[in-house]
Amino acid sequence: MGEITLALEEAGRLIAAFDAKLMEIVFLSLRVSLTAVVIASVLGLPLGAAIAVGRFPGRQALIVILNALMGLPPVVVGLLVYLMLSRAGPLGQLGILFTPAAMVVAQTILILPIVAALSRQVIEDAWQEYREQLKSLGAGPMSSALTLLWDTRYSLVTIVLAGFGRAAAEVGAVMIVGGNIDGVTRVMTTAIALETSKGDLPLALGLGVILLSLVLALNAAAYRIKESAQRRYG
Amino acid sequence: MLPLVLDQVSFAVNGKTIIDRVSMEITEGPRTVILGPNGAGKSVLMRLCHGLFAPTSGTISWRGAANGRRRQAMVFQRPVLLRRSALDNIVYGLKLAGFSPRERELRARDVLEAVGLVNVAERPARVLSGGEQQKLALARAWALGPEVLFLDEPTANLDPGATRDVETIIGQIRAGGTKIVMATHNLGQAKRLGDEILYLNQGRLVEQTPVDRFFTKPASAEAEAFIRGELPWN
Repeated sequence: MGEITLALEEAGRLIAAFDAKLMEIVFLSLRVSLTAVVIASVLGLPLGAAIAVGRFPGRQALIVILNALMGLPPVVVGLLVYLMLSRAGPLGQLGILFTPAAMVVAQTILILPIVAALSRQVIEDAWQEYREQLKSLGAGPMSSALTLLWDTRYSLVTIVLAGFGRAAAEVGAVMIVGGNIDGVTRVMTTAIALETSKGDLPLALGLGVILLSLVLALNAAAYRIKESAQRRYG
Repeated sequence: MLPLVLDQVSFAVNGKTIIDRVSMEITEGPRTVILGPNGAGKSVLMRLCHGLFAPTSGTISWRGAANGRRRQAMVFQRPVLLRRSALDNIVYGLKLAGFSPRERELRARDVLEAVGLVNVAERPARVLSGGEQQKLALARAWALGPEVLFLDEPTANLDPGATRDVETIIGQIRAGGTKIVMATHNLGQAKRLGDEILYLNQGRLVEQTPVDRFFTKPASAEAEAFIRGELPWN
């Protein structure tokens, strides 16, 4: 018990002092996960809207697959991306294995289904309500999809934040494709795993506290955005 | 584009007939009221006329000359407003109809003025009261300058004051030369706003009669029973 208390105190000191090593890890984490969530949103939100509004063969199967992919195990994604990017793999030429770029690729694949599947659900619910009115006003599928994306924007922000939380908190994928190289690809989750196994509890705990705070802050932000939007825009 | 001619139009969902071989002609002059009990098929008939549904069999055709732009509009029982300001809701419809940005703004301000919503122009549409929302929906349709305006029980969810306002606005729209086709189950409203009655029961068009004749000497026993049944509350 005493050891944990000591470690917590030390962790607090590291955070309060903006310890250089700690900050480097935190910033790399944010950079990788933010990039991944931006790419996943740029692709996933229009995809979700298209599936919600479109009628095409195989639509139901696509929805089921997308929903299933929300539960993708990060280590499996890591493994697949590793195989693609390794020297012998089809994309080995790129030479990005064990770089932050590879980690962005893996996390993007991990959260794209989350963003697409959840936004599809939200937009389709809105579509049920809007469909006749938009059709009556003469909106085609494309313009309906854009209108729905805009009209559900506050729910979509929540989804994007959920995606970011998932990316920032996963360890399996970035560990495999990043390699947890000190100063290059070491992020919060991989550092926690490593430092814990090494017995360096203060750094692990410090990172844990930051990670938890980040997830908490994200959820608070998502809640606030939704609430205030509901109050202001109905 | 009028007259609108329906020839033996039927509409069925999952084998259940909702509109049963309706033939009729909607002409330019009189205000047409589609009257009938709940479940008679009034809303569905209106959606068929407006083009939201395609008939299962039979034909619906606009016989008059069309002049390019979409010249019909519809207001629903429950208004569907977008999550943006009252003004922008109207601008949205005008944009889809192909009006220039300058014209959109001018027309939108004009109709807001006409329906008495200028003071809430910048307010989010969805936080307006039920009556204001329906007036806004009417304004959005009116701004398009439709030749025909379909109204599906536009006052069914409103209090007497808002109902009066909406009926006044309908009168104004009519005065501007727009053909009114309205569904209602309210006999008082049918009398006030109708010139001819299309009486619908169980998906069949029972009679098409001028309003005074309908209320004094209905041709069918069903219509007579409907009028009698309603009288105590009229």
